[in-house]
Amino acid sequence: MKALFSLVVVAVVVLLTVLAVSTSGGRTFFGTILPFAAIAIFLVGMIYRVVYWARSPVPFKITTTCGQQQSLSWIKNNNLEAPRNFLGVLGRMALEVFFFRSLFRNTKAELKSGPRLVYGDARWLWLAGLAFHWSFLVVFIRHFKFFVEPVPGWISIMQELDGFFQIGLPIFYITDGILLAAITFLFLRRVFNPQLRYLSLAGDYFPLFLIGALAISGVIMRYTTLRVDITDVKLLATGIVTLNPVVPESLGAVFFVHLTMLSVLLLYFPFSKLVHMAGVFMSPTRNMANDNRVRRHVNPWNHPVKTHSYEEWEDEFRDVMKAADMPLEKDVESK
Amino acid sequence: MAESKPKPEKLASVDYRPPSKSWMDVPPEIRLGTFNWAANPANAKYLDLPHVRKWQPTDEDWKLPDNWQQIVLEGLADRLQKYRSLKVFMDICVRCGACADKCHFFLGSGDPKNMPVLRAELLRSVYRRDFTTAGKILGKLAGARPLTPQVIKEWFLYFYQCTECRRCSVFCPYGIDTAEITMMGRELLNSIGLGIDWITTPAANCFRTGNHLGIQPHGFKDSIDFAVDELEEITGVRVEAPINKKGAEILFVSPSADYFASPHYYTLLGYLQLFHEIGLDYTWSAYASEGGNFGLFHSSDMMKRLNAKVYAEAKRLGVKWILGGECGHMWRVLHQYMDTMNGPADFLEQPVSPITGTRFDHARSTKMVHICEFTSDLIANGKIKLDKSRNDNVKVTFHDSCNPARAMGLFDEPRYCIDHACNHFYEMPENTIREQTFCCGSGSGIGTDENFEMRMRGGFPRANAVQYVHDKHGVNMLACICAIDKATLPPLLEFWVPEVEVCGVHELIGNALIMKGETRTTDLRGEPLPGVAEEADATDSVAASDGEEVSKDV
Repeated sequence: MKALFSLVVVAVVVLLTVLAVSTSGGRTFFGTILPFAAIAIFLVGMIYRVVYWARSPVPFKITTTCGQQQSLSWIKNNNLEAPRNFLGVLGRMALEVFFFRSLFRNTKAELKSGPRLVYGDARWLWLAGLAFHWSFLVVFIRHFKFFVEPVPGWISIMQELDGFFQIGLPIFYITDGILLAAITFLFLRRVFNPQLRYLSLAGDYFPLFLIGALAISGVIMRYTTLRVDITDVKLLATGIVTLNPVVPESLGAVFFVHLTMLSVLLLYFPFSKLVHMAGVFMSPTRNMANDNRVRRHVNPWNHPVKTHSYEEWEDEFRDVMKAADMPLEKDVESK
Repeated sequence: MAESKPKPEKLASVDYRPPSKSWMDVPPEIRLGTFNWAANPANAKYLDLPHVRKWQPTDEDWKLPDNWQQIVLEGLADRLQKYRSLKVFMDICVRCGACADKCHFFLGSGDPKNMPVLRAELLRSVYRRDFTTAGKILGKLAGARPLTPQVIKEWFLYFYQCTECRRCSVFCPYGIDTAEITMMGRELLNSIGLGIDWITTPAANCFRTGNHLGIQPHGFKDSIDFAVDELEEITGVRVEAPINKKGAEILFVSPSADYFASPHYYTLLGYLQLFHEIGLDYTWSAYASEGGNFGLFHSSDMMKRLNAKVYAEAKRLGVKWILGGECGHMWRVLHQYMDTMNGPADFLEQPVSPITGTRFDHARSTKMVHICEFTSDLIANGKIKLDKSRNDNVKVTFHDSCNPARAMGLFDEPRYCIDHACNHFYEMPENTIREQTFCCGSGSGIGTDENFEMRMRGGFPRANAVQYVHDKHGVNMLACICAIDKATLPPLLEFWVPEVEVCGVHELIGNALIMKGETRTTDLRGEPLPGVAEEADATDSVAASDGEEVSKDV
């Protein structure tokens, strides 16, 4: 149901775009106003979100330790899993952000007869997640060629590597295939795993369909007869960036669908779970060292609480303590 | 509670299929065996808790205060402002499901609301509705829902079906920590008077007398004195166990169960033997006679109120530093919270072992050292003589307690102690130890009789791993370093793997420890001590000729 709903929303947006861009007003809206607004809202929204998080302090150092702590000199500390210093934290975060370290641990528990709980390998999620994010990044960077003139050398090199296998004409980019395959896996997993389907929200399917439509429209433009004139795309893109909008005549409906999917993605980003892109850097269980007993962590709101002082305690139990011959601070006769 | 207890065969067949209805439409089922009784009003009042009243979870009407919604929502807003963790964890979950089958309660019950992600959604759905734009506009479509009495009942059920063990946080790609969410959930529940008794009453007792059963100072002294007498009977050695001794070098703090519960008690005997044998200048405290902190299970304020005694007592007694016994949640508080909450401990000195001269640099701010760190340093420096064969009657495996594992990274120190104290040690499968260790299923204040079924379910993954090494290697002893483990693993194993017993690491140390002048034929439990008769002569000569220097590899 939730998946269907998300699919319908994406389809409606696609349809609206296709219908609207047959008019010149529609072309201006979907070609300039919407993308521009989307970029602005994305930037402002993400900054707002990060500031919103940062406004709350981190009262306690609650590192999750996934390896041996630093203690005695002859016990080897695992600085990447239980960081003893900033370098370790940096390494841990890098592994987490670039290689999804924690997801790499993933297992699948199965209850067999006996009863016997067995833990199988379940790294498909890790692989698909990693493939999706990395290929999306490469595809995104490849698009820089539409914004900058001249195209930097490293982008050209990356592009050549991406087309390394020289399949087809125009040359097939590996990342296009990986991106679509990964996103398909992530979608199917969500639908066919009963637990996952049970806990999924519409907001979990929506970005998958959105990115799917984004990728498919891009693939159509690159590999089919519906190709677009790259110089015209460049004209439009630089127009948006330089606040000097132009919508070239040659750009067709598929291009506008592609651009709209991107715009909706950017619009949706700061208000959705996609903020994990920034949030992962701010997770207190990962971005702090396990040096609690070495460096005191300060809690800015550490307010006083009512305690039971030794004096009050001794006052209450002085008689029994005296009878038991225990040391006392004030050896007074009780009433 | 006298209701009939479930059979292992029944609990072993778990149905993992989620219901057909959306989880928001499935009402919480308050069923005996799966929840905890409400707080005793007298003890809640003693702690000045809000909205104290007589109620029980089985009541239809929980007699919530009139403005309960306002209290909860304002409380949530307040905590969002105080904890970045809460804000970030509310916002960034992508529901990838990696955590789902990592929770022992989900594995043992199949209840989808025990998947960490859904447990968090219970709170997140309310957060979305009142604190996010999408939730305000789209409502249920965005995963938001209003705060109703049914939501509160659901929170009560599931935030007390989480042991704050943090296993899910190891697997989460963003490190989302369900313990943090459960702690916030419990604070909110407590703010409208919905606490459970096995947290409130021990907290009140700790606050008043210093330990969680409410034993008064003279009773505490009796227990320690009794242990000293008993130890003399077993070993022939009379040890000293000073209490509230001013000017001692070290204050020793351990969970109170060590001196009144079994099998904790044998670990206490082990400590006493060890401290005597190395001639440690230390003291117990009757005022700070509980390191275990039931406040952690209640609220950060309660944690701070109870924990304050440790530093206060160290200051009053004028000790140099503090040594901590075997306890799980206690060590989460000591390692991650104490210095921040009740520090800085600038009146103490950086811990240095008076026996080996080792400076414990890793504890230089908090000034508190774990007994396993302390003992493994003694062993490494050859300061104690251990006869492994005295533990030959046991085949040991080690249960990493959740908090020393995932909130400290204390893995190799206890293993080093065990390795030097016994000949037969076998690890459980790697997915069930170290940072991936499974909880006993009864931590964080839910180890009650009325919650028996849920405890057996939650402890099933742990017990099943014990079963594996029992079947494969004949393991008959599960060593651990946590008071809650020692209290709740015995009934868990009795239920699932009755052939295996539970002990502390320092019980093994105590059994293996060769003491000067000892005459013993039994171990600390009164069982015949393996190998002691044939070795008695050799031991005497070592002790007589060489009191200090002993070889490293005993």
